[in-house]
Amino acid sequence: MIGQKAAMKKEKAGGMLFLLLPASLLLIAAFILSVSVGSVRIPPSQTVRLLFHRLFGTGNIDDIPPNTAVILFNARMPRAVLAGMVGAALSVAGAAMQGLLKNPLADGSTLGITSGGALGAVMFIVSGIQLPFFQEGGLALMSILFSFLSLLLILAFTSRVDAGLSTQTIILTGVIFSMLTSSLTSLLVTLSSDSLKQVVFWSMGSFSGRGWTHVLLMLPFFLAGTAVLLLICRELDAFSLGEEQARYLGVNTRKIKLLILAMVSVLVGISVAVSGTIGFVGLLIPHITRMLTGPGHKKLLILSTLLGASFLMLTDLLARTIMSPAELPIGVVTSLIGAVLFIYIFYNQTNKNTKEF
Amino acid sequence: MLELRDLTVTAGNKVICDRVSFTLKEHDIFMVIGPNGAGKTTLIKAVMGVVPHTGKALLEGRELTLFSPRQLARQIGVLTQTHQPQFSHKVYEVVALGRYAYRSSILSGLTREDRDKIEEAVALTGIEHLRDRSVQTLSGGELQRVFLAQLFAQNPRLLILDEPTNNLDLQYQIAIFDIVRDWTKQKGRAALAVVHDLNLVYSYGTRAILMEEGRVYARGPVDEVLSSENLKAVYKVDVAQWMQNLLKHWH
Repeated sequence: MIGQKAAMKKEKAGGMLFLLLPASLLLIAAFILSVSVGSVRIPPSQTVRLLFHRLFGTGNIDDIPPNTAVILFNARMPRAVLAGMVGAALSVAGAAMQGLLKNPLADGSTLGITSGGALGAVMFIVSGIQLPFFQEGGLALMSILFSFLSLLLILAFTSRVDAGLSTQTIILTGVIFSMLTSSLTSLLVTLSSDSLKQVVFWSMGSFSGRGWTHVLLMLPFFLAGTAVLLLICRELDAFSLGEEQARYLGVNTRKIKLLILAMVSVLVGISVAVSGTIGFVGLLIPHITRMLTGPGHKKLLILSTLLGASFLMLTDLLARTIMSPAELPIGVVTSLIGAVLFIYIFYNQTNKNTKEF
Repeated sequence: MLELRDLTVTAGNKVICDRVSFTLKEHDIFMVIGPNGAGKTTLIKAVMGVVPHTGKALLEGRELTLFSPRQLARQIGVLTQTHQPQFSHKVYEVVALGRYAYRSSILSGLTREDRDKIEEAVALTGIEHLRDRSVQTLSGGELQRVFLAQLFAQNPRLLILDEPTNNLDLQYQIAIFDIVRDWTKQKGRAALAVVHDLNLVYSYGTRAILMEEGRVYARGPVDEVLSSENLKAVYKVDVAQWMQNLLKHWH
């Protein structure tokens, strides 16, 4: 009996390792690939040598042209790191929303939170408020605040019209809310000057021209949001059986729900602030991850960060190289993939539900 | 164990539960019956603090509103009508969530006691063969037994069952209530059940209240509450005649 239990434990730990190891390797590969490929091609071997030299001071890099290092460390690396963080943040936020609402189709983009965040960010820009030393931070805080308000507004509305929070209600509200906030955003941008590019940025997202400042700005929000959600993974498990059930299991649903909503807003809001609205990542990655880990949130959240980061790095690579020298908005690529998947899940879900009754 | 004193729930200016009082004793299977809209489910939600109420609900003399959600879950477990799982949790994972109220640090795994309680619950509900199945692949009857197992793993003193067998075949209805009856026989345990099927009420209930439009119309031992006159008055149907039709068919 004890032997069996020990074996079970071993198998469990082995199971997670079995997933974490390849996912980490994927992340490293995605990172090296995305910093190496571009208009100036850097051989991956040089990339690795430069990285080791910078990190550990080992190896000889005299044969590598100095501007290669400049491109690598000042242009591509912050962009790749940022894309990775945004990918991870959106994935974790999506997984948490899905657990909280017991609905695999809930996500920052389907609920309209990202559009709400973008509206906040654009309002901040248009208002012309100047903050000494903290301009980008003000933008981020506005975006987070508006994400949070959007979330509260959407949930208050949906729970009022449909206490069961069915998929149809949530999605419909999300779509309408997105349209409303996006059009307000576009209006604001158009009314202010030099606008077309900005509109595209806030509606389709981009990592173009992002640097280390953005990475540093995002890092604390990303770490805090992800860490808190990981700490309450057990509560998320309970919520994924339904809010009422979670309450009966002993979860302080009111407090925990507010905490989850706040952390989701932090993650989505900061992502919007640094990269505009990038749709469907939070839908796509948790869905794929769940197929590997099952719905338990501890494994789901951990693996989602790795896969989400890899995914968005590679997508960004695709977006900036596929039509080079022109750059595709990254949201175009994610939405293309995500929309198809959305239809697939929705179809399956609806079919299953109609079969039951 | 559980005592309700003038429990009242209002929504707007409508009174959904009107000064409901009763006392639940050890080993009781206390039945709450009445037509749709009599306020039965709301009563349960009020006891569990999900909807606001006036009056008092006391467990062993202590007001339930003073319990934290965790403390409450260790005392009272609730089985709801239906479950529609949206994620492919394994049966064992769902049962293990019943231990939520006992687990402290997020880093610690299940303790030996947790595991024992889970195994016990799995055995008691007869779902050993399902433990690695996804809950999305189960029938309604199997699913209800899984959530009953979760409830047993939660190890409360009082079970609250809200129309637990509504969508189930007769054999599953009986199976669920057999399990519940065995469970309540142990020391310090009792159950409160909202049930529509009067046959189940008669077969398993110890005492009952009959509700009509938020008020208690009758209370007492099941056979007294289930009198033909009471049922006729509350359900506006001659229940005795209705039941006899089927009986006649068999004789």
